[in-house]
Amino acid sequence: MPVPVLSVRDLSVEIPSRYGVMRPVDRVSFDIAAGEILGVVGESGAGKSMTGNAVIGLLARPAHISGGEVWLMGQRIDTLATETKRRIRGRRIGMVFQDPLTSLNPLLTVGQQLTETILEHLAVSKKEARQRSIQLLQEVGIPAAAERIDSYPHEFSGGMRQRVVIALALSAEPSLVIADEPTTALDVSVQAQIIGLLKRLCRERGVAVMLVTHDMGVIAEAADRVAVMYAGRLAEIGSVRDVILTPAHHYARGLMASTPLASLGMRRLRQIPGSMPRLGRLPQGCAFNPRCEQATQRCRVDPTPTLSDDPNGRAACWYPLKGTI
Amino acid sequence: MRTPSEFTVPKDRRASDSLVSVLGLSRTFDVSPPFLNRLIERLPKRTLKAVTDVSFNVERGTVFALVGESGSGKTTIGRMVVGLMEPSAGNVLIDGERSGPDSRRGGVQMVFQDPYASLNPRWRVRDIIAEPVVAQGGKATGIAEQLLEKVGLSADDAKLFPHQFSGGQRQRIGIARALASNPKLIVCDEPTSALDVSVQAQVLNLMSDLKDEFGLTYIFISHDLTVVRHMADRIGVLYLGRLVEEAPVEELFTDAKHPYTRMLLEAAPRMDAFGREASIPIGEIPDPISPPPGCAFHPRCPLATEVCRRSVPAMQPVNKGRVACHHAL
Repeated sequence: MPVPVLSVRDLSVEIPSRYGVMRPVDRVSFDIAAGEILGVVGESGAGKSMTGNAVIGLLARPAHISGGEVWLMGQRIDTLATETKRRIRGRRIGMVFQDPLTSLNPLLTVGQQLTETILEHLAVSKKEARQRSIQLLQEVGIPAAAERIDSYPHEFSGGMRQRVVIALALSAEPSLVIADEPTTALDVSVQAQIIGLLKRLCRERGVAVMLVTHDMGVIAEAADRVAVMYAGRLAEIGSVRDVILTPAHHYARGLMASTPLASLGMRRLRQIPGSMPRLGRLPQGCAFNPRCEQATQRCRVDPTPTLSDDPNGRAACWYPLKGTI
Repeated sequence: MRTPSEFTVPKDRRASDSLVSVLGLSRTFDVSPPFLNRLIERLPKRTLKAVTDVSFNVERGTVFALVGESGSGKTTIGRMVVGLMEPSAGNVLIDGERSGPDSRRGGVQMVFQDPYASLNPRWRVRDIIAEPVVAQGGKATGIAEQLLEKVGLSADDAKLFPHQFSGGQRQRIGIARALASNPKLIVCDEPTSALDVSVQAQVLNLMSDLKDEFGLTYIFISHDLTVVRHMADRIGVLYLGRLVEEAPVEELFTDAKHPYTRMLLEAAPRMDAFGREASIPIGEIPDPISPPPGCAFHPRCPLATEVCRRSVPAMQPVNKGRVACHHAL
């Protein structure tokens, strides 16, 4: 088996606070291979974005990695010095955030931002860098790229801006792209365009993509594998088909069932009672036990189950489900 | 000025029991640069047509959904129905009476999109919920406690402040406030788009239950087609301020007539569409200040011909719905 592009092992993030130490990410492990899209889903506060930020080393203090390892192309990156980490982040990892307007500099033209990044990370001349920028803009589907390259971000529409951000993320030819809610701020028709673009680029360039989103439909369309997070822990991981059609974790099943599409034709939607516990107020045992219909004494008392407690290695649950929803 | 002559609801429905009639509703906004700039730079006045000649009926006890992408005018229509905004032309009739500032006093209420912005952070939940009653000079003792129980919170929560609740709980408070003045109609403007999926299911179920219990009518504004399919009885599809199609929910989802509706349905992410290579929509919504002539959808439409560039299609009845397209399928 080839070395995965990204390999995360037992990653934990801690935030010390007045009320004790919070753990927004708790022993999370996953791999992403080249040309693969891993979807990371969960509700707000589940630790999806925090995991992404920990991987690239962009955690805002006082949050810090408190345990585990992050390997990029066989090199361990979480322990590197700040400056080396910065170089690797720019060269090997591309980022796409939710709001394209805040990730672009409003005072520089799109071309300036692209060429600056290319010159910083690749050994090319200024002229070549500009050529490459135009090529990139064409590749992400911006019409009349040669003229649009000298426009400022505010002169683009929301969808076009997100394309520019994707071009920027790809400009140094990274091997990993982390896309954090890339389509949440966009309209349905534009969202379909951006998802199509991400899939095409992933396939053509063999980039590994970590796609963080709360939209199950987006995951179903784009991802090859899915990781479901709950209260900072990985609840389930598996192929997109398995996780959506036959979820093994009770939370994953509840999540799939509560989407309006799964309850098509039913008068009421299925719902999970209650809401996700806040960090620092996690219940003992499995974090999902107060909302789980099938929770037993073991779920309330024993330490949190991990993926290795499931014989199939899919769900962090003492009693994983078999069969359909 | 346009007249509501294009109002072409089929005859058999006109006789039925409609609570809301929207007739030829239009709204323009002045987006001109400031006066001095216009004078010095010799710029003309500029207007944005947010809503143009929209007509529809909502039957009592049903859910009418307005869908469309950003800038399609769905929120503007909602605000005009509630009476938060005056129409530039046309009328909203609620129970045969013109909707105006007066209709705000009870008969029509609104649930807003952002549960963090729509509750006054300095007020206790009790005062927030009782406000619609107090504003009319009614007695509000105990109302908040009763309604909190109805929406799945506890009566003790009445003394707390909004920041002590989660997003889903705040939206429940917003719903309780809307119920306080015993309304006939509630306009729900994207009530769940700020909520997580599992919380969304709870809130949608609550809204269905309350509708049955209080005999409410909803105008449900959303961009999420899966939510709309679950909630609505009839759907109106908006594009750039115009109603392009209106039909019962199943007819719209199985047999959409307008090419824009078809594009929306095709583009919406689906949970059963593993690795689907969707036919990707072309183009984006044009600038509403200078919309394309004729049918506003023609630059993105696969069926567009010369006539689409020249004239705006009129609403025509098709089956149980209506569609505005020269080449309706």
